Amino acid sequence: MTLIRVLLSHLRPYWRQVSAVVALITCQTILGLYLPNLTADIINNGVAKGDIPYIWRTGGVMLGVTLVQGIIAIIAVYWASRTSMGVGRDLRGSVFARVLHLSSREMNTFGTPSLITRNTNDVQQIQLFLQMALTVIVGAPIMMIGGIIMALREDVSLSVLLVVVVPLMAALILAMLYVAVPLFQKMQVKIDRINQVLREQITGIRVIRAFVRSDYEEHRFETANADLTATALRVNRIFVLAMPALMGVMNLSSVAVLWFGGHLVDSGSMPIGNLTAFLAYILQILLSVLMAVMMVILVPRAEASAERIEEVVRLQPSIADPAHAIVPAHRKGIVEFRDVTFGFPRGEQPVLRDLSFTLQPGETTAIIGGTGAGKTTLLHLIPRFFDATAGALFIDGVDVRERSLESLWADIGFVPQQSYLFSGTVATNLRFAAEGATDDDLWNTLEVAQARDFVVSMPGGLDAPIDQGGTNVSGGQRQRLAIARALLKQPLIYLFDDCFSALDATTDARLRAALLERTRGNTVVIVAQRVSTILRADRIIVLDGGRIVGLGTHEQLLASCSPYQEIVASQLGEAAA
Amino acid sequence: MMARGPMGGRAGGPFREPSGPPQTTRHPGETLRQLVGQLRPEVPRITLAAVLASTGIALTVIAPRIIGNATDVIFNGVVGKGLPAGMTKAQVIAGLRLRGRGQLSQLLSGMNVTPGKGIDFSELGVILGVVALLYLLGAAFSWMQGYLMAGVAQRTVFAMRRDVEAKLRRLPLQYFDSHPHGDLLSRVTNDIDNVTTALQQGLSQLLTSVLTIVGVLGMMLWISPLLALISLVTVPLSIGVTLAIARRAQKQFAAQWEWTGTVNAHVEQTHTGHALVQVYGRTASTIDDFDRKNQKLYAASFRAQFLSGTMQPAMQLLANLNYVAIAVIGGYRVVSGTMTLGDIQAFIQYSRQFTMPITQIASQMNLLQSGLASAERVFEFLAAKEEAPDALGSSPAGPTQGHVTLEHVEFRYVADIPLINDFSLDVLPGQTVAIVGPTGAGKTTIVNLLMRFYQINSGHILVDGVDINLLPRERLRSMFGMVLQDTWLFAGSIRENIAYARDGATTEDVVEAGKAAYVDQFVRTLPDGYDTVLDEDASNISSGQQQLITIARAFLAKPAILILDEATSNVDTRTEVLIQEAMARLRSGRTSFVIAHRLSTIRNADFIVVMDAGRIVEVGSHTELLERRGFYYDLYSSQFSPTSEYAVADPIPQ
Repeated sequence: MTLIRVLLSHLRPYWRQVSAVVALITCQTILGLYLPNLTADIINNGVAKGDIPYIWRTGGVMLGVTLVQGIIAIIAVYWASRTSMGVGRDLRGSVFARVLHLSSREMNTFGTPSLITRNTNDVQQIQLFLQMALTVIVGAPIMMIGGIIMALREDVSLSVLLVVVVPLMAALILAMLYVAVPLFQKMQVKIDRINQVLREQITGIRVIRAFVRSDYEEHRFETANADLTATALRVNRIFVLAMPALMGVMNLSSVAVLWFGGHLVDSGSMPIGNLTAFLAYILQILLSVLMAVMMVILVPRAEASAERIEEVVRLQPSIADPAHAIVPAHRKGIVEFRDVTFGFPRGEQPVLRDLSFTLQPGETTAIIGGTGAGKTTLLHLIPRFFDATAGALFIDGVDVRERSLESLWADIGFVPQQSYLFSGTVATNLRFAAEGATDDDLWNTLEVAQARDFVVSMPGGLDAPIDQGGTNVSGGQRQRLAIARALLKQPLIYLFDDCFSALDATTDARLRAALLERTRGNTVVIVAQRVSTILRADRIIVLDGGRIVGLGTHEQLLASCSPYQEIVASQLGEAAA
Repeated sequence: MMARGPMGGRAGGPFREPSGPPQTTRHPGETLRQLVGQLRPEVPRITLAAVLASTGIALTVIAPRIIGNATDVIFNGVVGKGLPAGMTKAQVIAGLRLRGRGQLSQLLSGMNVTPGKGIDFSELGVILGVVALLYLLGAAFSWMQGYLMAGVAQRTVFAMRRDVEAKLRRLPLQYFDSHPHGDLLSRVTNDIDNVTTALQQGLSQLLTSVLTIVGVLGMMLWISPLLALISLVTVPLSIGVTLAIARRAQKQFAAQWEWTGTVNAHVEQTHTGHALVQVYGRTASTIDDFDRKNQKLYAASFRAQFLSGTMQPAMQLLANLNYVAIAVIGGYRVVSGTMTLGDIQAFIQYSRQFTMPITQIASQMNLLQSGLASAERVFEFLAAKEEAPDALGSSPAGPTQGHVTLEHVEFRYVADIPLINDFSLDVLPGQTVAIVGPTGAGKTTIVNLLMRFYQINSGHILVDGVDINLLPRERLRSMFGMVLQDTWLFAGSIRENIAYARDGATTEDVVEAGKAAYVDQFVRTLPDGYDTVLDEDASNISSGQQQLITIARAFLAKPAILILDEATSNVDTRTEVLIQEAMARLRSGRTSFVIAHRLSTIRNADFIVVMDAGRIVEVGSHTELLERRGFYYDLYSSQFSPTSEYAVADPIPQ
């Protein structure tokens, strides 16, 4: 089982603590089992015989035992908590580090949201399970075995009752779970459904009212609501049966103990006080059965989480440093595609086919094409987010696969399509690219990125807070900050993935002029949607269906390349005609 | 959403995970009153449940007392068997006194012993039979009570959900625009779920717990007021210990919650910005930062778990202390003959049953508090101001012509900031009005007013000569067709999504609309055709295709007046062409209000309404406005002119 494998491998550094917890809980349980013995003695030898000093003495022993037991329990909880929370911390850390070293291919197969859930919720599930295991589950079998031994010691023939009661109890609980758990899952689905309907009603309020479909929506909701209520009723009606049934079994067993035990007492084979002790043991055994069975339902959930975690931890990044990294003789930023073809695994058709071209420092190259033409994928091959499936990509004469990732990435400044900022301040986001940058450096770069004005007006300036994802600044501001971040890195190669889309025309123009100045000696690649933004590029690559269908300047392409003409016509419309 | 249900809230004790930031109720009394009001239709069933619960608990509570009698019968038999047969009890006692066994004789005098006779099994059988019956009946009653209360809770929540949904339909659009959708959603979903849990688990258990305490206390007092008093002493003691530990643990749980949030946020943003972290060479420092936060989380969770784990042993110690006290005092009393052994055993059982409901109430309190806080948020929502009811005007008979007149319209969202001042426009059937302006200029304001999503402050808007304020809203809105940039598709098939526009649309109608809007082409390539089910965000079709579906919807509605938003985003060039053609076809012969982004639309429009910063700044035809050399002229020359260096495809930035 994956759960056990994951737990065992992560519990290894904690073997001392785990042994201590098991030993302590065993002691605690044994003492706990000794207590009914003492209460029996108090009844047998004290209360029944009227021996008050005996009650005091034994009572004292009993309190002493309870105290020791309590202290042991507290120490056990201490180490159990340290261990389970420690394992949680370690797991979280190792999943986190693993994900950070994955390449884009693995990120894509799992999906970012799934990886986040694995790193947070799934780890928490395991942590919770381990805490339960080390405090409750460990005790249950000890309690059960101990209880059975003690019950047998009190009276063997009476213990036959256990053979009837314990399976009955277990069967009762399992039967209830068997019926209720699937119903419970069904209910969850229906809760999700009703929430979905409500969400749609809120987000689509204008459309619903415009099309006058309130009645339809009401009907849709009523159906979902009635459906949920029916299922919830069934689930809850089964659950309210649980407590009376279980208490009933426990209570009836104590009646049975008195009846059969009475006969034993009468025949003189059992002292009356032992009856009380036996009652206590049988209740303890039934409670541990209850606990053990309840634990069983936690296992599938924890197992699922363990599997999801192991999938990530075991993953080998498909893109890694070569055994012997080659350092290029001269680092200039010359990017060369040689017959590059790329396809996703399981993808039917390659995304990019037979691309060959060279990008020189001091040149700006624009890539244009329809959705799905492969623009972003092409860009992502340069920092090795993916490796070409055929052909090769060279930077400064060295195959990218033969360079260390760190040195490769050091040469690249990358601004993704979804400009993303981290929570912190404007300054921490910029220094993400260059830790040692001075405030002056930051302001200069902001100036180039046309971001100086709005940063100045933000409360706190450079220290103005930025929310996770950059949601507290507008799309255009976010793009400019992301561009500033790339500029501050001062790399050899700039990759801009359609990151000017939220800027208005004037800002766009100013930014491009300033960029041209700043990146004069660099290799610049721009992915664009709008023709208007790339008119002045040194070279335009027109992609269609993963192939290069045109390569040249705007004027050249306009004259000779029909796919390019098509794009221009559709975008500029009559204005360009 | 977190799974919560019949088992959710029961996880008490040391394993309680932080369930969220603490919630507080501002007006607990008022909210409680409203909640009770919601329960009013259920009063007969609640009463019946209370009767059942009291009966069930009474039966269960009496049982240990009767079991005590059974113990006495056994004990009497044991003692009796040890005495010489043939003597009376009085003779035995006298004999014992003579031999100086005063204590034992006293013990005997309090017992019902027949010397020489063993356990009376017929009596024991009757007693145990009665006990078994009591337990069975008790269980049955308690189950019936739970069964009834499950119905009460679910029906109440059903009604609350229905009220909330009905409320959504009666609120003015302004409410949706001025409240964050996330908060609204959380009120109608999470908060309702929270109330459900509180009602389902809290109500029934609270009832049972309180009744049990009363019953058990009564029995204890009945058996021995002295012992009952001693047991009561431990109650404040255990409450004190619980509170002392809980307060400390709560603080740590809060810290654990907070650090969980921090760590999760860190995970979220690092994994989201994965590529950036790698390319910018920040892997190592990001891991360092994470480790620091992770360590803090570890420290807080460890403390929280440990502290709450000390609760159980502490309570155990108190319970045993109580036990010893009862045994000692009880021992004296049995010896003095004022109590029987059975009484003591029954009492011990009761004292054990006494602490359980107290801790249960403590754990229910959290649940109820959070339920109450949620109920307050739901009631707040239900109390929000609703749309004014429709005027009882007569609606014009016959088809709508599409003649729209605005007379001296004034409008403001906020009291002191007038946006539209004395605006008049006469749009004849079939004419086109283009609305232009920079992003954020408030171009949707006119849409809001025409559809009566918002109410104008003064002036009149007339459709075919009838003031729209005199038309029922539904009648007015059915005259309009609307295609917004924000495509709203619901989880359902493509057919259902198109048919949404008109009640009772046939398959032929849907296909016809599909063909007109170029939906048919791509739908036919899908394996399930029109029955392809869209998922919640319609992410299984492209955004261009989503827009085409909303256009098909407008085709199906066959409205006299159209409201269109030409803006397209994330759409590839070819689909964009299809969208533009479909929109042009849709507009032909209809009065149209177009949030315009294309030069051809603007040039050919009968009127251009130019907006800036929420206001209408200019109105006129293309040539008129150019001649005026105002705002429109600037806008046009900076963005539309083909001679400008950055001639713009999408002239008005989105």
